[in-house]
Amino acid sequence: MNKPLGYGLLVGMKVTFKTMLQTWMSIATGGRKGLQSTVNYPKVKEVPVARARGVIALDQENCTVCMLCARQCPDWCIYIEGHKEHKEPTSPGGRVRKRSTLDRFDIDYALCMYCGICVEVCPFDALYWTPEYEYSELAMGDMLHDMDRLQDWMSTVPDAPEIEK
Amino acid sequence: MTLAIVFWAELAIKIGIIAVAVPAIGMVLGFAEMKLSAHMQSRIGPYFAGGRFGWMQLMADGLKFMQKEDIIPADADRPVFRWAPALPLIGTMALLVIIPISAAEFGIIQDLEVGIFYALAISSLSTIGVLMAGWSSANKYSLMGGLRAAGQLIAYELPLVLAVVGVVIQAGTMSMQGIVEAQTAQAWPYVVTQFLGFAIFFVAALAELNRIPFDMPIAESELVMGYVTEYSGFRFLFFFLAEYVNMFTMSAIAVTLFLGGYWFWGIPTDSALLGVIVLLAKSFVLVFIMIWFRWTFPRFREDQLQTLAWKWLIPLAVLNVIATGAFKVLL
Amino acid sequence: MVIEQDTTFQISEVAVSVEIETPDMTLNIGPQHPSTHGVLRLIAKVDGEKVTDVKPVIGYMHRGYEKLAEVRTYPQITSIVNRIDWVSGFANEIPFIVAAERLMGVEAPERAQWVRLVLSEMARISSHLIFMASYPLELGAATPLFFALRARERVLDLLESVTGGRFHPNFNRIGGIKPVYGSGPTTKKTSMDVPAGFLAETRDAMDKVLGTCREIEDLVAGNEIFLARTKGIGVLPVEVGADYGVSGPNLRASGTDFDLRKKADYLPYDQFDFDVAVGENGDCYDRWLVRLQEIREAVKIIQQAIDGLPSGPIQAKVPKVIKVPKGETYVRAENPKGEMGYHLISEGGSGPYRLKIRSASFSNISMLAWILEGAIIPDIIAIMGSLDFVLGDVDR
Repeated sequence: MNKPLGYGLLVGMKVTFKTMLQTWMSIATGGRKGLQSTVNYPKVKEVPVARARGVIALDQENCTVCMLCARQCPDWCIYIEGHKEHKEPTSPGGRVRKRSTLDRFDIDYALCMYCGICVEVCPFDALYWTPEYEYSELAMGDMLHDMDRLQDWMSTVPDAPEIEK
Repeated sequence: MTLAIVFWAELAIKIGIIAVAVPAIGMVLGFAEMKLSAHMQSRIGPYFAGGRFGWMQLMADGLKFMQKEDIIPADADRPVFRWAPALPLIGTMALLVIIPISAAEFGIIQDLEVGIFYALAISSLSTIGVLMAGWSSANKYSLMGGLRAAGQLIAYELPLVLAVVGVVIQAGTMSMQGIVEAQTAQAWPYVVTQFLGFAIFFVAALAELNRIPFDMPIAESELVMGYVTEYSGFRFLFFFLAEYVNMFTMSAIAVTLFLGGYWFWGIPTDSALLGVIVLLAKSFVLVFIMIWFRWTFPRFREDQLQTLAWKWLIPLAVLNVIATGAFKVLL
Repeated sequence: MVIEQDTTFQISEVAVSVEIETPDMTLNIGPQHPSTHGVLRLIAKVDGEKVTDVKPVIGYMHRGYEKLAEVRTYPQITSIVNRIDWVSGFANEIPFIVAAERLMGVEAPERAQWVRLVLSEMARISSHLIFMASYPLELGAATPLFFALRARERVLDLLESVTGGRFHPNFNRIGGIKPVYGSGPTTKKTSMDVPAGFLAETRDAMDKVLGTCREIEDLVAGNEIFLARTKGIGVLPVEVGADYGVSGPNLRASGTDFDLRKKADYLPYDQFDFDVAVGENGDCYDRWLVRLQEIREAVKIIQQAIDGLPSGPIQAKVPKVIKVPKGETYVRAENPKGEMGYHLISEGGSGPYRLKIRSASFSNISMLAWILEGAIIPDIIAIMGSLDFVLGDVDR
């Protein structure tokens, strides 16, 4: 380490200057060539990976009000209410079927800790993760997503990624 | 009677020029720092305000500061606390007065016989403001920041003065205009002969400006924000503005003393416009180096600054003065 | 003003020597302070800038995880423990899961163990990169932060692409790693094995991490100001460190090669060829350098692991409702911050009877009062930063 005094300072200055030139190049070419670490957020958006745990989508069709998700949730941020509905038999003389119908399915994202246990335990494919992340709100209360809003997220559920062989 | 009118009109114009120049320079340099630091860290920097490049970012920031509440801590020494931010800004404005921009008439706002002496005296004014801010804030971190600034003042002021002495000996005048004229006459800047002096002046100027690697009075990781911790709103803006304009004025003084001021090979010295361009270009090179330093280096410790100043800079500066004097006498 | 007493002038008998007595000032560093990594509070008695006495106060972020674990089920606890040291969430899960597996007599399949190993080394890289970022920042250099975070982003992207979470993966399950997406008719067929392209991207990202290490080394390691600020500052002898229970890079910087990756068997580290980074002087600079070396060693481990990643199942057979048989065990692991251990006592229920968490940062900062005494304020920041603690890991 027989470097002259000030050598380390100059090497450091070289690094920052080089980075500056690289960033200029990157901006001039208009692309992210691995040099620019941030993007122009509202204009350019980061694309999260398919498995990213952004927000939970609810498929109301599949939900049977079994409450498993609400029970397994570590911080109880899922609120479910439902009632039994009697379905008229489809053919005459048939049995009257009971069907559970969802009245309320709220997830309080102000409380949710994004562990994914609810999605994991759902036995009827009603809950999915989607990588969407733009749902911040000005008021804490608005972080409570009701069942319609959760249903809307269904359109953003990505396909599961291929598995490494 | 007419003489008095001319005097007052001239004064009004001069004050107007300074009043426009200070925020303008502050904004340009603040923006340059934001953008350049971003690029050195492979970021984009401000890009949203004002459409392209985010050029209005600093105006938006200024507007934001004006809207903010002016909070004065309950235990603060109110008058001192209120007036402290004004001093650095006044010092900065007073410095702009003696920077020559061309050899023509009105090429300098006020050419003083003892220009550089005045500059060095005025430039320590901002430290008084810092000390006042640190003392009056009723905050232990502010107090420490203020005291660090005071300790720093003693350490760097001496090398700063001694570095200038070499130039004064060589030029034979203390007038800023005279120093530039001396360099014009010999057609090369003093940095060639006074390189040591220039280096010492630059390092000491960094310490005076409280910029990394000498930003111990602020040292946000140690003292939260040092002497500005308790300031908010417009008063904070004053400190902020003074810091950036001071960066320019110190660079401009360094340019005038060592790099030939508004003079450049092949450019006529009697045009105010060309003079301003040359001066700004040269100053900006120095400002860029300051920004470059800031975003590359860590900061020193207070005692290390003292070591650097007393054991290295002052002996070297004295040596420089002796050598310059000897040459002046011999040649 | 908040100085406790007025400055008093004492004129001694000899009129020439005037002594100004300045009483010590009590300075509260924290709980809100830029350099306390959260909400650590130091009550420092300072004489000018010199610290005569310092008392660390912790507990501002106590979240009661040990108690909380007693009323949660094992799958739920996984999502809690990865919030202990949040910059290396994945590594926190492993000792807990291994403890539960040992009590149940289950062993994770080889592939699951290797994936765990790769991801926990990634957690180590991301944790150390945070240190590489924050430590120069505390000394005033802001730029290494962005270089380190740029590389860390790649590592976190990889973690996210496998587990779905950047910080809190919640990916380990008793008997392996999370096997499938859900338990519904279609979701239970969706495997959660590593996604396609992961191995290639990892190779790429590891080169990037090495490049960043070089860049940071250029920017910081030789910098005379950095050396002046860190060399010989905050020297921790091995014996003192061992007495206080300091572990991990902080202890290794003092010159011992105590590394649980070599000494314990919670993950198959014995199948890998890597060195333990050891420092010499135990000062701030060595603590910084050891972590930089550890990033490089972690890259080496990951490169070996992805080259030889075994195929096979990622989950052993475990009952659907997990109940851990009666017993108790202690599993310790080498986390990025040091030794992390879980003492798990089960009474046979679906949750632990008692879970004692031995977290690295808590022990590491227990010697703060010893090491900070007599330092000056800028050195306090330098020393505290070099210990690399996370308040979540201290208070739990």
